[in-house]
Amino acid sequence: MDDIQALTIQLARDPSSLVFLPLAETLRRRGQLDAALTVAQQGATRYPEMAGAWDLVARIRSDLGEGDLAFDAWTTVIRLDGEHLGAHKGLGFLAYRSGDHRRSLRYLQRAVDLAPEDGAARTALERVREAVGAHAVPGFPEPTIDPLTALEPDPGAAVLVDREGRLLAGGVRTSNGDDLGDAIAAALAGVSREAERATRLLGLGGWTRIGVEGDDTNVEIRTPTPDTVLLMFRVSRIPSGRLILLADRAEHESRRWLEELR
Amino acid sequence: MTLSAVLDDLTREPGVRGALVVSVADGLVVADALMEDVDGGAVAALTSSLLRRMRGVAQLLGQAAPQLVHLVGGEGSLLAAPAGEELLVVAVARPEVNVGAVRLALRRAAERVR
Repeated sequence: MDDIQALTIQLARDPSSLVFLPLAETLRRRGQLDAALTVAQQGATRYPEMAGAWDLVARIRSDLGEGDLAFDAWTTVIRLDGEHLGAHKGLGFLAYRSGDHRRSLRYLQRAVDLAPEDGAARTALERVREAVGAHAVPGFPEPTIDPLTALEPDPGAAVLVDREGRLLAGGVRTSNGDDLGDAIAAALAGVSREAERATRLLGLGGWTRIGVEGDDTNVEIRTPTPDTVLLMFRVSRIPSGRLILLADRAEHESRRWLEELR
Repeated sequence: MTLSAVLDDLTREPGVRGALVVSVADGLVVADALMEDVDGGAVAALTSSLLRRMRGVAQLLGQAAPQLVHLVGGEGSLLAAPAGEELLVVAVARPEVNVGAVRLALRRAAERVR
């Protein structure tokens, strides 16, 4: 019996065991990426607060060439463990691959700060510096773009709020010019927990979106990170499928923006 | 048409695991047609709470009450449509469900319950 068979049997006997980690890792190393992803994803869903599980998901996604999804998974890792070396290295690699050298440098610099003895991280940092002709620049990185402003030609159509109902970005204005952003933010406090509780109790997995259709407007609610909620709305003559695509994009941009802020 | 008949029709949609009618004000089950693994009490309480919250958001936006709420999870989803002010028709669906078809069936069911 090989390692994979033995680990698979163990996991089948006790689906709550942590054996999914070595099983997925072994599958990944043998190039069975789809099977590895299934195992790792199930494990991460079962243990959503385990940074190591999400790191494994991210590495498999990266191997599969799914950069955006790997980015999401590593961002989750950093939320759970801000000093996770593998996540900083992984994000540095992804950023470099996507041509975002400034961001790549920042992740790799953080990786080297966390583990000065890590030769691979130091080498990667040097290579990126050489490639872009950059020098280390100390200082606090400032986000330059409010993701919702960047995406919304129609101001007042989206808000990003934190778990406690405080506005992070965006805004909603009435035709009189009144800003409803704070009121909407307060109304959204707890939505994420409520949706999470509902989907968990009903065995629906982690919640990904709430769509609300009305006579006049359609609303999309997302959770770019577990501690934030994004609300986007459009008049209902805009097809709901198109609103979903817009919200997908806003969610992705919000996640990147939040990651930069942090 | 009885509530049970309306719900039975709704659960005939492929991918629908169960359906129920819920009282919005107190989150209690009025009628249900559910598979064994679906906790009707939990569905009712959570859906009515979510709908009340969405009504609050709609009100702030100066809009009418929502006609459909769709909560999507990685392994399935929940769709709810109000049937008047007091009641809500809810469907619990598998991930592979045809959302468009269930939306229509749910709205039809809500019209019948109203």
